[in-house]
Amino acid sequence: MHARTEAPSETAPSWPEEIFAILQRFDVRQVPYVPDAGHSQLIERVLGAATMRAVPLTTEEEGVALLAGAWAGGQRGVLLMQSSGVGNCINMLSLTQIIRFPFLTLVTMRGEWGEFNPWQVPMGSSTQGVFELSGIKVLRASHPDEVRDVVEAAAGQAYNACTPTAVLLSQRLIGAKVFTK
Amino acid sequence: MSKANLLDRRSVVGSLLADRRDAIVVGGLGASTYDIAAAGDHDRNLYLWGAMGGAVMIGLGVALAQPKLPVVVITGDGEMLMGMGSLATVGLQKPGNLSIVVLDNEIYGETGGQASHTAATVDLVGVAHSCGIADARALATMAEIEGFAKAMQDVASGPHFASVKIDHANLERVLSSRDGQFTVTRIRSALGFGPI
Repeated sequence: MHARTEAPSETAPSWPEEIFAILQRFDVRQVPYVPDAGHSQLIERVLGAATMRAVPLTTEEEGVALLAGAWAGGQRGVLLMQSSGVGNCINMLSLTQIIRFPFLTLVTMRGEWGEFNPWQVPMGSSTQGVFELSGIKVLRASHPDEVRDVVEAAAGQAYNACTPTAVLLSQRLIGAKVFTK
Repeated sequence: MSKANLLDRRSVVGSLLADRRDAIVVGGLGASTYDIAAAGDHDRNLYLWGAMGGAVMIGLGVALAQPKLPVVVITGDGEMLMGMGSLATVGLQKPGNLSIVVLDNEIYGETGGQASHTAATVDLVGVAHSCGIADARALATMAEIEGFAKAMQDVASGPHFASVKIDHANLERVLSSRDGQFTVTRIRSALGFGPI
């Protein structure tokens, strides 16, 4: 897995811990994901949590369907992915309207804020639009000190009001991926 | 491939569900959903009329949430091919209570009968086995169907996977509810969960 920055022995950011605490407080039990470097700290915490089931996916749309099934079976979940994966989900997002289950996804953004890799830009640019066209509310966090409030609000409206919601975690927050030879 | 001795899909599903007990049943988009409806509506049935490729993952979500209940996904070859990666995901999670049955007529029956990949090359039992699902069977007789129905009830020994080659007969549609929110709420109620 690639580090997002080259800063040596930099202290791990605290916002992934804040997200983990919110997910625990909302009794989130199933955590499907396609890995992203920006989610690596949170994924590690989920893998070590006795109350949570981490479910690695082969493609992100699997996670949407998994969460619909989890709800039918009485559990809440959250889907972790990066912006490129949002396009893979489009038809499956129909389930959020048809079954009306509490859908929450946390999306690490690529293709913005100093991106090195042009292949990330098209999907990163349309991520918010794709969600909105699919009936998903979009919130964004760009600074470490706003992550807790934004994710707290998103979890609240997803789980309490059954309002499907995506949180975009900006590349500015995570740091642009550094490619070195 | 020999077309002799192909099974009748309604008889297969009827036999699988005859003694379903507490099982939750997920029906994939297409004729599989009609077959499940033909076997009798049930408050633990989830009928899909879309979300193609998602049936196995929906079943996995239910199975992980309710590990003591049998969860059975019944779907077609076209729907399974679209969600083939989900077999890899199931193989990794190894839910003991999840069973997957593919009714394989080797065609896209809802769209004009075009050949699917299983008609020529793809062996779904082999795929499931390669994905880490140790109990992956090809069922060819009604006795084998009955044996699989018993295995479905053993929530400690899964995941179970079966492919059943069925005939091409275009049977009368038996229409289930198309209201996903209704059917899921009905399942949740049967399990003791209320609305938000």
